Amino acid sequence: MTDLTRLTAAELAARIHAREVTAVEAAQAHLDRIAAVDGAVHAFLHVAPDAALASAALVDAALDAGTPPPSPLAGVPLALKDVFTTADMPTTCGSKILEGWRPPYDATVTARLRAAGITILGKTNMDEFAMGSSTEHSAYGPTRNPWDLARIPGGSGGGSAAALAAFEAPLALGTDTGGSIRQPAAVTGTVGVKPTYGGVSRYGLVACASSLDQAGPCARTVLDAALLHEVIAGHDPLDSTSIDAPVPPVAQAALRGAAGDLEGLRVGMVRELGGEGYQPGVERAYRAAVARLEKLGAEIVEVSCPHFEYGLAAYYLILPSEVSSNLARFDAMRYGLRVDAGGQSAEEVMARTREAGFGAEAKRRIILGTYALSSGYYDAYYGQAQKVRTLIARDFAAAFEQADVLVSPTAPTTAFPIGEKVDDPLAMYLNDLATIPTNLAGVAAMSVPCGLAEEDGLPVGLQIMAPVLGEAQMYRVGAAYEAARNADDEGVPLITRVPALEVTAP
Amino acid sequence: MSSDSPARGGISRAEVAHLARLARLAVTDRELDVFAGQLDVILGAVARVGEVAADEIPPTSHAIPLQNTFRPDQRRPSLTQEQALSGAPATEDGRFRVPRILDDEPPMGSSLTEPDVVEGRPA
Repeated sequence: MTDLTRLTAAELAARIHAREVTAVEAAQAHLDRIAAVDGAVHAFLHVAPDAALASAALVDAALDAGTPPPSPLAGVPLALKDVFTTADMPTTCGSKILEGWRPPYDATVTARLRAAGITILGKTNMDEFAMGSSTEHSAYGPTRNPWDLARIPGGSGGGSAAALAAFEAPLALGTDTGGSIRQPAAVTGTVGVKPTYGGVSRYGLVACASSLDQAGPCARTVLDAALLHEVIAGHDPLDSTSIDAPVPPVAQAALRGAAGDLEGLRVGMVRELGGEGYQPGVERAYRAAVARLEKLGAEIVEVSCPHFEYGLAAYYLILPSEVSSNLARFDAMRYGLRVDAGGQSAEEVMARTREAGFGAEAKRRIILGTYALSSGYYDAYYGQAQKVRTLIARDFAAAFEQADVLVSPTAPTTAFPIGEKVDDPLAMYLNDLATIPTNLAGVAAMSVPCGLAEEDGLPVGLQIMAPVLGEAQMYRVGAAYEAARNADDEGVPLITRVPALEVTAP
Repeated sequence: MSSDSPARGGISRAEVAHLARLARLAVTDRELDVFAGQLDVILGAVARVGEVAADEIPPTSHAIPLQNTFRPDQRRPSLTQEQALSGAPATEDGRFRVPRILDDEPPMGSSLTEPDVVEGRPA
C-alpha cells in the first residue's frame, strides 16, 4: 500500500474524494508518523488524535452520503502553528505565560480550516510569540530540522516547516511578521507563502506586531500551498485590516505555471539582497535558479532597492514597539499565568508573572520597544523607522515598475547548528535580512526550494516577491520554477532528498 | 534631535532597570547585566535608521492604506460570561478576582500617582 504520508495534499485529496482511501486512514497514517518521529523532531507542542479522527470521520460520512467535498482539500491533515486560537486544543504561542490555555473561541483561519473539512492534527512549536528565527526561543524546547537534527528548522514557524519536511503533515499554517513562514521553508526545503498584508484574517491570531503579522500557507509543493491559500484567504469583517477584495486565483495560477512557460514575464533581481553576509552556496543556488527562470522564457532585469539595507534596523524598532504594546495584555488578571505569593499588589503580581512567564527574547524586545516609544527617543527611533518604512515601500513601487516579480535568496544562510546564535540576538536577527522588506511594505512573497548548497548539502530557498494582491503572478513563477527544477533533478521534488528519520516504536 | 542623540548614547544598566519597571517585568540582576550589554549592541545597529535624511518623508504606520472600518451598530453573539472567565487565574461571583490594586505604602488615599509613570529617567 502507498505510504499516505508521502503524497502531496492534492494527490491525497484526490484519493480521498475518489473514496480510494478514507480521511480517517489519512489522519491515522499521519498520527502514526508523528508518534514514530516527533520524539526526535519535536515539531508539535500538542497532538490531538481524537479531534483529528473525529473531524476526518465527519468528512468520510459526508462523502459516503454523496455530498460533494466542502473544499478541494477536505480530509487532508494539517499542522497548525500554535499561535492560532483553537477552542478544542491549547494555544500557547510557545510561551509559559499561556501554558495550557484553552481559548474560548476559534481564529477565523481555524474556523475556515474546519469548514473546509481539513483535519487539524495538532499545534506546532514556535519561537515564543513568534519572535525568533530558529524556534530555540520556544519555552518548550527547540524543534529540530529533519535534514540534520543538530540544526535549527528556522523560525518562528520551525514546527510547521519541520512537520512538513518530516512527512508528519502535507499541509501546515504559519504566520510571517518578518520571515517566520519563508525562512523556515527555505531551511527545510519546503514551500512557504506570506500573502499580501490583509489577505488572510488576523482574527484569533495572537498578535506579535499587528502592522506586520500575516498568516499564510505552508506545504511541500507550490500547488498545495495555493490550494490552502484559497481556503484561508479572503475578507473577514472580524479583522479591520482585512482586505475586502476577491482572493487572487492562485491555484489556477499554480497549475498554469507548472506548464512551464514564463514568456513575456519580467523578473527583477534585487541587487541589495546578496553579497556580504550571504553564504556562497546560497548565492550559487540562487543564481542557478535565476538562470532557470530565464530558460523558461522570463526576461531577467536587475533592480535596485537602495533603502532595503535600512530594513533590518527599521524592523527591529517597529516590531519591538508593537510587541511591547501587544504583550501588555498578559497581565495575570484575565487569562494565562498568575504568579501570586499572596498578599502582593496587582502590580507586583503582574511584574512577577511576566518575569516568570516570558523568555529572554520576549523580555529583550519588550524592553527595546518600551525604550523606542519613550518620551525623548520616539522621534529618533520609532518615528524615523516609520519614515524608512515609507522609503522601502517606494523602493518596491519603483522596482515593480521594472519587473512583474522580484527575486532574491530567502535567507542568507542554510540551517545553522542549534545553539550557535541563541545568545547573540543581533546575529539571529540577520537571518531575516532578505524577508523583512516585504513585511514592512505589506507586499506578497513566497519561498520555493531551489536546491542544496554545495558546501553543506542543506536546502536553499528562492524568494519570489509580488505587489499587493499580485499573488497569482507569484504562484505562477513559483510553480514554473518548481516544475523545471524537479524535471532537471530526476523528476523528483527536493524534499525527497531529505534523509530518512529513525523511526521509534510508538 | 539634540546633539547627545540616543544614536550615540547607548543604554545603561540603570536605564534597562527603569524600562523593565515601566514594562512590569521583575527582571533579575543577572538579566539586567545580560540585557544591558545586548540591548546596547542592538540599539547601536538599529540607530542606522537615523542615517537616512528623511525630514520630508511621511511616516508609514501601516503598509496598506486604510480607512476607518465600520460595521452596523447591531447586537451580535459574543462570549458568554462563563467562556470569558474560562481562562481566569481566579474568579469570584462570576467576575475576575484580582489582587489588591493599591500598595500598602503610601497609605491609601494619600496619592494615586505611581512613581514609575512619572516622566524622566535615572541619570
